[in-house]
Amino acid sequence: MTITAENLHLWRGEAHVLRGVSFSVRAGECLQVTGANGSGKTTLLRALCGLSPLEEGRVSWRGADIAADLPAYHGELAYLGHDNGLKGDLTAAENLRYAVGLRRRVSRDEISAALARAGVDAARGIPLRRLSAGQRRRVALARLPLMGAALWLLDEPGSNLDAAGQSLLAQLLGEHTSAGGVAVVATHQALELPSNAQRSVSLQ
Amino acid sequence: MAWVWFHKFGSPPHFYRLATRLTPWFGWPALLLGLAGLIGGLGLAPPDYQQGDGFRIIYVHAPAAWLSLMVYTVMALSAAVGLIWRMNVAHAVAASCAPIGASFTALALVTGMLWGRPMWGTYWEWDPRLTSELLLLFLYLGYMGLRNAIDDTARADRASAVLAIVGVVNVPIIHYSVIWWNSLHQAPSVMKFGQPTMPASMLVPLLLMLAGFTLYFVALLLIRARGEVLRRERNARWIDEAVAGAKS
Amino acid sequence: MTDARASFISAAALLAARDLRLALRRAGDSLLPLAFFLVITTLFPLSLDPSLSLLRDIAPAALWVGALLSSLLALDLLFRDDGQDGTLEQLALCGQPFAGLLLAKTVVHWCLTGFPLVLVAPLAATALGAPTAAMPGILAAVLLGTVALSLIGAVGAGLTLTLRRNGSLLALLVLPLAVPVLIFGARASALAIAGESPAAPLYLLAAFAVLAATLAPWALAAAVRIGLE
Repeated sequence: MTITAENLHLWRGEAHVLRGVSFSVRAGECLQVTGANGSGKTTLLRALCGLSPLEEGRVSWRGADIAADLPAYHGELAYLGHDNGLKGDLTAAENLRYAVGLRRRVSRDEISAALARAGVDAARGIPLRRLSAGQRRRVALARLPLMGAALWLLDEPGSNLDAAGQSLLAQLLGEHTSAGGVAVVATHQALELPSNAQRSVSLQ
Repeated sequence: MAWVWFHKFGSPPHFYRLATRLTPWFGWPALLLGLAGLIGGLGLAPPDYQQGDGFRIIYVHAPAAWLSLMVYTVMALSAAVGLIWRMNVAHAVAASCAPIGASFTALALVTGMLWGRPMWGTYWEWDPRLTSELLLLFLYLGYMGLRNAIDDTARADRASAVLAIVGVVNVPIIHYSVIWWNSLHQAPSVMKFGQPTMPASMLVPLLLMLAGFTLYFVALLLIRARGEVLRRERNARWIDEAVAGAKS
Repeated sequence: MTDARASFISAAALLAARDLRLALRRAGDSLLPLAFFLVITTLFPLSLDPSLSLLRDIAPAALWVGALLSSLLALDLLFRDDGQDGTLEQLALCGQPFAGLLLAKTVVHWCLTGFPLVLVAPLAATALGAPTAAMPGILAAVLLGTVALSLIGAVGAGLTLTLRRNGSLLALLVLPLAVPVLIFGARASALAIAGESPAAPLYLLAAFAVLAATLAPWALAAAVRIGLE
């Protein structure tokens, strides 16, 4: 279970954002993508998702080009973008039920447990727009282990999180990689992960 | 073999050279055919027994109307090619078609209105063909408006390609529905003539004008598409060589 | 990591349930297009001599122009929120057929904004002087017409997803494509009001709605994907 990027090139208008990016991340590994603002971290992640079309290069998952069967690839992928991907008018519990339910059946207990783990259990019945930005991010993180996805693509997952939130993130990533999952994380601060299967690549 | 040709055509420098070379081959014959058609239509063809000399505007109106539809189809086809095969040149061709097609449509509308004035007494009479042309003009304007509103060229290409494809499917439906709507009122259709069939002296100049307009469109398209390709590829290396070649 | 994967039907049903729940939480948003429809159909008589016979003549026009404009207004509700909070791209990434999910959203949107028009149209038509016998024909026409309008409008909304809030461009894109709906729908309504059979334009309208339903899923998915790039 490996994700491989081969010679990715992508332009946004005039800017040559991705210039021949190549890497490979195996099961149990977490790749941190660092770089200054505007260096293309978000673009890279979206290209890995198959959302942004590449001018050149390809992304492979389990040895096969993702473009060959995009829905199957998406079925194994959990993406967390800058936005939380959650509805402000729904409660935390409802959000998780709908977000995960599109992918797989999930029980009420699993949702409660995930919210408790993320430290937002008290907020489970409150509409998301009434929570703080940090709490919303925690709910978004709570979604990740429930998705049953082998590959995690996370864009600045630690934004708006306090120290406890950052350690929660580190724990989640650690558990994911220990169980054999793959993660690519874009961040401009280095993450402290418990496992030592961690690599880093920097975008100029 | 045809596949190789197809992909070569899609390469910007190749297309640029091809377009440069082909333009005079379309431009000059267009001029000649147009002149021949005009002389035949305005001078040599006999006056219509019902409309007198007023019908002669058909020599500009009919080719313009026919081309307004043909250009939309060409635009939609090249947009589809660009979308499916991800060919930048095809998108450039589609983008170049739009203003040309809109101009032909406007020309058809204006000449239609000028024709209507002596025939109906008013400039506008909701004739089905003219109404269809008006809606076609809106479709062109919508396409150009969408292109204009999206900043990223590649994204604008793809979005407007979807719009063009949806539009081209709709054009015959819109046309038919307008004819259907108009048939209820039994309004006199001025676009028909006194005679049941057109004599050769009237028909031949019309066909010449049609051919001339079509060739003119191709020549114009090649010129515009060249410019469009140049604009899109302005940072590429082959530009310097091509421009240097043109200067020498 | 492999659990019981949700089928497309259950995913689509879940999405529909979510959208309905969201709409109920913001009930005012869904009712606004309806109110707009009523305002427009009121404006027509106000701009004319209120003798009933003339009103009856322009009733189809008022009804359908109102329906068209109200549908345009309602389109804002379809994708804008989801596009802004990132849920639309999550839909694209969940592994279910994207076209199907978008179609499910459009169906729910029609239920919330198009179907109310169907319910209210007889009222508006009566206010404009239409006889009771005309109601079945008018109902059928508005039903088919709003379905077609929702589909065409959804494609337009998808194409203008990332653009600044510019209703004029959306109108320019959608209205020419919606002309067959206007022509056939208004004609069906006029025939119904005159006491004749509206069958012919209704069949044509139905055919157009079927065509829209066939073409729309592809166009929708393509347009929204482009907007998500």
